[in-house]
Amino acid sequence: MLTIKVLGSGCANCKRVEQIAHKVITDIGIEAEVIKVTDYAEIMAYNIMSTPGLVVNEKVVSTGRIPTPAEVTSWLTNALETA
Amino acid sequence: MTTLTTNSNAHSTKQIAFVIFLSAVLWLAAYNLIQPLANWLTYGLLGFANDSRFGESLAFFFYDVPKIILLLSGMIFLITILRSFFSPEQTRAWLGGKREGLGNLLAASLGVVTPFCSCSAVPLFIGFVESGIPLGVTFSFLIAAPMINEIALVMQFGLFGWKVAGLYMLSGITIAIIAGIVIGRMKLENQVEDFVWQIKANQTQGVTYKPTWAERFSNAWQSTKEIVGKVWLYVIIGIAVGAGIHGYVPESALVEIMGKNAWWSVPAAVVLGVPLYSNAAGVMPIAGALIEKGAALGTVLAFMMAVVGLSLAEMIILRRVLKPKLIAIFIATLTIGIIITGYLFNIIL
Repeated sequence: MLTIKVLGSGCANCKRVEQIAHKVITDIGIEAEVIKVTDYAEIMAYNIMSTPGLVVNEKVVSTGRIPTPAEVTSWLTNALETA
Repeated sequence: MTTLTTNSNAHSTKQIAFVIFLSAVLWLAAYNLIQPLANWLTYGLLGFANDSRFGESLAFFFYDVPKIILLLSGMIFLITILRSFFSPEQTRAWLGGKREGLGNLLAASLGVVTPFCSCSAVPLFIGFVESGIPLGVTFSFLIAAPMINEIALVMQFGLFGWKVAGLYMLSGITIAIIAGIVIGRMKLENQVEDFVWQIKANQTQGVTYKPTWAERFSNAWQSTKEIVGKVWLYVIIGIAVGAGIHGYVPESALVEIMGKNAWWSVPAAVVLGVPLYSNAAGVMPIAGALIEKGAALGTVLAFMMAVVGLSLAEMIILRRVLKPKLIAIFIATLTIGIIITGYLFNIIL
């Protein structure tokens, strides 16, 4: 099972990243947990400088932009293979 | 509710180049047709007399609205492509190890081109100070980034020409440099919330996003749609009010209250500007009409800087990492800088 974290304190773009993550999980039919991280101390532990950030199994895959569903799909399938 | 953006990687670069070329041609054609169309619409189709006040206001409105919307669309598209070559991480790397002066200059200039959203101000602030960039240099960035933004610059360029837009940009950078140096000299590190200094980034891996040209274009297209979609209504309202002033307020009516000799008008303009933050796009056309009726340029520049650069929303966001005293010093330094700039231009111009 994958752990996906969306880093960002509730901005509009963070919500869209979260939506995309949920959509991709349903579309490719995998088990994954999506956690919203809103605490700045916790966010900054990932050493990112712009939100929203996306973390898959503790690895930062994207920051400061809204990734496309296709990109998220490839990150999730990659993480599944290496897990 | 929200439609997800679809992947545009499927398009070939050739197709995209063709679409861009076609859009550029159409854009130029449209831009050159605005003036004759506005005149035809007002004096031809609607049949207003050439010297009627309402007709004059209407022609002004029909000319300015499409012109500003077209300029915003085209320029924001180009600026977003330019910005796709910069990132906060890269900017932090460039600012690393720079001292007072050069560091402030570099930070203020990079603040203009680095993609910035006030919603990311906190991680950016922490990321800067965490890596050892001095507080004053960080503030130079945080002042320049919102104040010199694409909407403000494009609207000034469209409404007042490149001289005023350039003046605004240069004074904005100067204020950011000097205010940053002043704040840096005050040694206020203890006024940053303590948790900031305790954060230890537990991984140094960063993601570098190198978009392809196709992605740059599609991202630029997305953000152009988003930004123009957000401001077009304010632009129309602002130009409507400006057109009304243009047609109905007598020449030099404002010399008494907003002219060079009304010394109190500069601080008053700054105070008035603060609550208008979210309406920057609507305020610029009104500012243009005020200049035309005798308001002093320095006063209007100070007004625009206060509207765009003194954002209470951003202060509230930064309160998460700055103690109240530092927030107060930040606001005070910026306000004084803007007021001095206003007076300076009223004296020399």
